Amino acid sequence: MINADRLNLPYTSAEWSLPSSRKVAITSLIVTESAMFSIFVVAYVYYIGKSLTGPYPAEVLETPIVSTICLLASSLTIVLAERSFKRESIGAFRLWWSTTILLAAVFLGSTAAEWKRLIVDHHLTISTNLFGTTFYSLVGLHASHVIVGLTLLTLVLVLSLKKSIRKADGERIEMLSWYWHFVDGVWVVVFTVVYVIGR
Amino acid sequence: MVAANPEIPLARPLVSPSIVTRLHGLVVTVDHKKLGLMYIASALFFLVVAGLMASVIRLQLALPNNNIVAPDTFNRLFTVHGTAMVFFVGMPIVAGLSNYLVPLMIGARDMAFPRLNAFGYWMFLFGAALLFFSYIGAPGLSGHGSAPDVGWFAYAPLTGRAFSRGNSTDYWTLCLLVSGIGSLSSAVNVIATAFGMRSPGMTLMRMPLFVWMMVVVSAMMFIVIPPLTAAQIMLLIDRFLGGNFFNTQSGGSAVLWQHFFWIFGHPEVYVLMIPGFACASEIIPVFSRKPIFGYSAMVGATTMIAFVSMGVWAHHMFSMGMTSVGNTFFMISTMAISVPTGIKIFNWLATMYGGKIRFELPMLCCLAFLFQFLIAGLTGIMLAAVPFDWHLTDTYFVVAHFHYVLIGGMLFCIFGGIYYWFPKATGRMLNKTLGLWHVALFFIGFHLTFDTMHIPGLLGMPRRIYTYDPGRGWELLNLITSIGVVFQIVGIACLAWNLIRSLRKGEKAGDDPWDAWTLEWATTSPPPEYNFETVPPVRSARPLWDLKHPEDPDWKYE
Amino acid sequence: MQFNIRSSRAMITRALFMFFALGLSASPVFADGASSVTNIFKPDGPPARAIFDYTMLVLAVCAVIFVIVVGLLVYTVTRFRHRREDDGQEPPQVYGSNQIELAWTVIPIIIVFVLTLVTARTIAEVQNAVPPPKALKVTVVGHQWWWEIRYPDLGVVTANELHVPVSDPAQPRPTFLKLESADVAHSFWIPQLAGKTDVIPNRDNSMWIEPVTPGTYLGNCAEYCGTQHARMLIRVIVHPQGEFENWVAAQKPDSATDTNLVAAQKPDSATDTQVKAGRDVFFSTSCVNCHTINGTEANGKFGPDLTHLMSRQTLGSGAALNTPEKLRAWVRNPQNLKPGCYMPDMQLTDEEMDQLVRYLLTLN
Repeated sequence: MINADRLNLPYTSAEWSLPSSRKVAITSLIVTESAMFSIFVVAYVYYIGKSLTGPYPAEVLETPIVSTICLLASSLTIVLAERSFKRESIGAFRLWWSTTILLAAVFLGSTAAEWKRLIVDHHLTISTNLFGTTFYSLVGLHASHVIVGLTLLTLVLVLSLKKSIRKADGERIEMLSWYWHFVDGVWVVVFTVVYVIGR
Repeated sequence: MVAANPEIPLARPLVSPSIVTRLHGLVVTVDHKKLGLMYIASALFFLVVAGLMASVIRLQLALPNNNIVAPDTFNRLFTVHGTAMVFFVGMPIVAGLSNYLVPLMIGARDMAFPRLNAFGYWMFLFGAALLFFSYIGAPGLSGHGSAPDVGWFAYAPLTGRAFSRGNSTDYWTLCLLVSGIGSLSSAVNVIATAFGMRSPGMTLMRMPLFVWMMVVVSAMMFIVIPPLTAAQIMLLIDRFLGGNFFNTQSGGSAVLWQHFFWIFGHPEVYVLMIPGFACASEIIPVFSRKPIFGYSAMVGATTMIAFVSMGVWAHHMFSMGMTSVGNTFFMISTMAISVPTGIKIFNWLATMYGGKIRFELPMLCCLAFLFQFLIAGLTGIMLAAVPFDWHLTDTYFVVAHFHYVLIGGMLFCIFGGIYYWFPKATGRMLNKTLGLWHVALFFIGFHLTFDTMHIPGLLGMPRRIYTYDPGRGWELLNLITSIGVVFQIVGIACLAWNLIRSLRKGEKAGDDPWDAWTLEWATTSPPPEYNFETVPPVRSARPLWDLKHPEDPDWKYE
Repeated sequence: MQFNIRSSRAMITRALFMFFALGLSASPVFADGASSVTNIFKPDGPPARAIFDYTMLVLAVCAVIFVIVVGLLVYTVTRFRHRREDDGQEPPQVYGSNQIELAWTVIPIIIVFVLTLVTARTIAEVQNAVPPPKALKVTVVGHQWWWEIRYPDLGVVTANELHVPVSDPAQPRPTFLKLESADVAHSFWIPQLAGKTDVIPNRDNSMWIEPVTPGTYLGNCAEYCGTQHARMLIRVIVHPQGEFENWVAAQKPDSATDTNLVAAQKPDSATDTQVKAGRDVFFSTSCVNCHTINGTEANGKFGPDLTHLMSRQTLGSGAALNTPEKLRAWVRNPQNLKPGCYMPDMQLTDEEMDQLVRYLLTLN
């Protein structure tokens, strides 16, 4: 970066402030991901009720209330973790951060259980019918984002336990929480489309 | 003016490094200038490769019932030609120009995320390698197929496992997925750089138009590349996991693919075209010796084009049986784009009006661009006119139209950009005589080929046919079209020779050969690794004009 | 249905562009006597005519814009070129003008608005036409790489050549086509008769034509559909008043020609044996798996119906003219005339070939 103080300018660096590149980049990433999810959502909605053979969503889907509450709660706990980090109370940070990881893991576990039930009990696979194809793609795309988020969350926890996270990393942690809120937000859409509208 | 030592950048070793060291330097570099030049050099290489493919296509079509290549070979040629030209020539040129110029133009030392930048380049190169490797790798164990032969928009269900055996379509899918990730990382970088690293005083409305347009293009990429990626993921699910997205046998929709592809595909044209506008918007003012006419109108028009272009995709599908309401809607949105585009053309004209136009090579390219882009725009209106399009779509008229846009429009601007910024990047001028030969020959070849190509379309010649019977009035036109290719090849050869020769023997350029006004001309040619030692004060859109004309600076009028 | 489309606006624009259309219309005549014109500026019948009139208007608007803008460009470039006797001063720096920007925003908007209205009218006129009771209904099924043509109301099935009656403007008799695909996407296009409409699997599309001049009209598949997309040609044969009914009668399944019938009608024993042997070749090879011949056990659906093969002008969807020599060459090895098509070389001996062709020649 150019250091404005070195330049003979009518501005000082205090007056010349720019948005953080990191925030711009994460916002861009979120826009990009939203565009991709929209396409999968459109495909899901377009194919609602178009399957030529069963099983149909009304017969096999069960609303995942608990896991949804877990995932939404994790958005709250990550905010609490972030605040603790800003207050430099590292113990509270680790506590809330671990809770977030736990909630995310519960969500993933319940998705896995749901898939097992659908595949083993109901013989619904990705190639069975249009419902299977669109369901596993959309929910799977979201789950893969949860996995990425979970990996990053765990990485931060490990680094924090090794005491290699400093105050200066606050923005990085904030960015990760943005991404996490986005993953949660997507779930609200997926939940509505798959378990409410699609049944 | 900043006159840092122009000859020897600091700490250059006395012995020139070995070729291995230099190659290693390219592989590990995260410098935006090196990456930018690597992007452009790779793109020019693929331009030649895909151009030669087009030459074989034209050779086959020069005469009726010609037998130079087999039908399948022909189909592979036009698929790989189209895919390569869009994704491995157009996109990397855009990425290369923005990589090289955006930091220099806003007075930054590098891009916001240099390593992400390098990642983007290597992803692009990997994607290109996948596409061309398909010629060898795609037969796979089953021995079916070779390179992809489904056309660059790969309509379902021709891409399904039932109709495309072997792995050719998978190579196509993967090469687009991979290069899409590369393009996105470069786009994130451009936006983050332009928003977060501007030199003090450079407000958004003082950014060079080039930077503005690259920002708009990058923002468009966030919205339009993901649909392509999503569609490719669906296609992979269909092909490898037995999914039904585009499987018409189990209720899937072939039309859904068309929608998804063109939601990407049409804005993509503007992603490629706006960087052309970006070059023209820098070159035309400098060689007319006037500031751009209506700076804010240009910014607004670019943004308008970006927004409207997202709502026009189905004009590629007027013949697929949409309702008359759907057809009318997409006709209106498509024609609406001509309004901001017209604003741009008129602004460029008004920039020249009252100026003192210098016919240097960059300007000649831009003048050719203006003329050709006007025609491309008018044939675009014809194609937007739905009933006319029922005839024109999927004929050679369309082929002529989009080559007019991408060659007559974009490529001529890129040529202009190369002549304009080559001195900055290398410190040497390109040879003017060779340059004139290149521009003249390419101009003649372009018009022989693509003016003529419109007419067979009007005479009923569909695109993507590997041969045709005599007797429909297409023979002479196709022959002329093919003859034009010869001129284009010689023209490109002149450019290639000029680039290679001028790199070593070109006349020394100095820091600011064109007497230009944006920040990149304030540093040395070529710029040092850190770009600027000091950045001139930025108080208007033309900081160097303000320096050179303290008696009449721009900022007085802001 | 609105058929009276010729209007004064169209007349004016047509006059403006007569030279353009004339330049494009100089096309030679096809070898077999069929008109080889696929020129969109020589329309025949209401839908094509409506598109043509509209096209001329669009071309006129575009031509006017072209002349104005190129005029401005040439004027600017010559008038404001850098001159040798220049004083070296920079020209006056002008940054823009909101009034001028407004002007060249509003004028194009008006042009676009007008064009939009005209277009919407033409779209509705062509696309929303309702079939009159007398309309002929045909189903066209696209295959890789040939056209199956069915007349559900008449019980006739043929391939690659669409036969329709001529329409009398006083008593319109248009043909409405239902378009289906058996495999991938195709597009049905007869440039002189109508715009193209895609033929997409799992989707019901339709279009209509109404030729008013008898003759043969050519067209192509216009959507890339694989290896032999280039050889997926279409012919529309427009029969003069009254003759279409004769054609239909000749194509009826009950007029199917089996060799037994042939043998009864033609007492030439030498031919008879050859034909019978050819018939045996046909029914003992896998020909029957893909082709149908009415009244026989051959009922394959993958390839064209051969019941009235010899009544067609071309072979292999336009790959060759239907002459005995070409027919032999085609059956000998279809991959020579149409590389990549799905009909295999059956590896017959020369004798079997002679017999088979003899048999096929009886299918008229």
